[in-house]
Amino acid sequence: MAEEELRVRGLTGVDMSLRIAGPGTRSLAFLIDWQIRLLVALALILVAAVSQLLPGIPRGSMRVIWIIADVLALVIYFLYHPVLELLMRGRTPGKRKAGARIVTIEGATPTVGSLLLRNLFRLIDGLPGFYMVGLACCLFTDNRVRLGDMAAGTVLVLEEADASKSLARLSEAMQRSALPLEALRLVQDLLDRWPELEEEQRTRLARGLLAKLDPQVNVRSEPAPSGDVLRAHLEALLGTGSGS
Amino acid sequence: MAPDRDPDAAVWIRARAPQWQALAAEAAAAPRRNIATINDALGTLRTYRILARHLASARGLLPGSYLAAALQNACAALHVAIGRPPRFGRARLLTLFRDEIPAAAASVRSIVLWIVGLLVASTLAGWWLISTYPALVSLIASDRMIDGVEHGRLWTDQIFSVVPPELLSARIFSNNVVVTLGAFCSGILFGLGTFYMISFNGLMLGGLLAFTHQHGLAHGLVRFILAHGPVELSVICLAGAAGTALGESLIRPQLDTRAESLRRRAAELGPLLLACALLLLGSGLIEGFISPNPRFSIPLRLIVGLGYWTLMLLLLSGRLIPQPKSNSVPL
Repeated sequence: MAEEELRVRGLTGVDMSLRIAGPGTRSLAFLIDWQIRLLVALALILVAAVSQLLPGIPRGSMRVIWIIADVLALVIYFLYHPVLELLMRGRTPGKRKAGARIVTIEGATPTVGSLLLRNLFRLIDGLPGFYMVGLACCLFTDNRVRLGDMAAGTVLVLEEADASKSLARLSEAMQRSALPLEALRLVQDLLDRWPELEEEQRTRLARGLLAKLDPQVNVRSEPAPSGDVLRAHLEALLGTGSGS
Repeated sequence: MAPDRDPDAAVWIRARAPQWQALAAEAAAAPRRNIATINDALGTLRTYRILARHLASARGLLPGSYLAAALQNACAALHVAIGRPPRFGRARLLTLFRDEIPAAAASVRSIVLWIVGLLVASTLAGWWLISTYPALVSLIASDRMIDGVEHGRLWTDQIFSVVPPELLSARIFSNNVVVTLGAFCSGILFGLGTFYMISFNGLMLGGLLAFTHQHGLAHGLVRFILAHGPVELSVICLAGAAGTALGESLIRPQLDTRAESLRRRAAELGPLLLACALLLLGSGLIEGFISPNPRFSIPLRLIVGLGYWTLMLLLLSGRLIPQPKSNSVPL
């Protein structure tokens, strides 16, 4: 499926697009948040139960402990999403982990009212169980939104976590290197992914790139240059290493 | 070394690349800033304008390139940060209670009358149904409740001695909030969900009143609901009216699309829902501490019930917080 985007009209008239989070990202974020809530609830029950076993605690205090545990469980159930979304500006720990955040359809941070309204509709989106209504809505709506998002005018988008970092890195590399733009990107990508790639795969890719970008490096020499040597050449092209 | 395909683009990039590091730093800092001075805000706007200009040029010179994507991402991050709403401070809270809640309540005033009519009609229907077919009470009451009433005890009699009032209030509040907010949210099903919830609650109320009346306990039930009932039932009607208004926005959209119409109406009605939740909080406290407590006499319950109801009317009509005096001099 092609990536879906929310087109946003910028303040200067230049359009921008934000990548829309699909049902998969939503489900992942929800599961992480659900697990956090479950863990907190279990911890509360555990604390209340353990305190019951401790000697010397009067009966009156026990009642207070259970009341506090009960009220806290209610607070967590009702307020986890709205409070965290307000404090974290459209995110929750689950959404952050899944790389998503809530924005308005104009691409701005949602207001308190929008976030509360969005969460209110969980009552309907959660029906008849396991967020079936919400999930069905996500599958069939343009912006992959559930009913709560429709009412609040919000959209869940993928967060470009390193948006500013990538521009800064690009700028830095362009000042140091004479490589053309797309070549810079390829070299940077390969170096970023270097530890994750198999030795054979990264060596083949590095040779291919060096053959095109730096003819002075003889990649077909015998014995074949090692991975470390190839990497040093790539870093030299970016202007970040000593080269060889 | 391979040259850039477009020499103009290469020149353009080399000339601007040194700026991007500083712009990227500002794009990273702005969304994280909790408090911004005027200079910070102006700096952010300046960065945004420069990035947007560079983005437009990059799209023209290098469409679909890595650079255009990086500029767009940085620009989008700043766009979200610039569009951040102001802090929800005291002034905003005052506007909410003084202007927005009364305005939202006024916008559903005529629908409230219809919902009250529906609730009364369904209560009467519930009364008639259980009076005529007493066996049907098992549809609306648990076996324990039925057994208790048949033995001359109301289910509310023992609540106070069994459950601590604090816990009772919290449970009642959460239950009422779910019912009330459910009545509003189900309005998104073109109003049918709200219709069902109000009718069902009316049927239950009428049915239980009839059932307790048959066993000579209606007086006790009325005594129980006297203190919290007026506001609780009013809030259910208000939420029902808000839900109906939401459904109406889908059936008869006032804006270009149904989605826009729904969004606008939901935003207008949001403050009313907040008022409903707050009123239910008070109602839950009364229901937990006063209603089940036999020490409170009927006149006292009546005073609490009517007093709280009057407070609700003052809040919804905008008379609780007076409007600021105008500084303008009449001509």
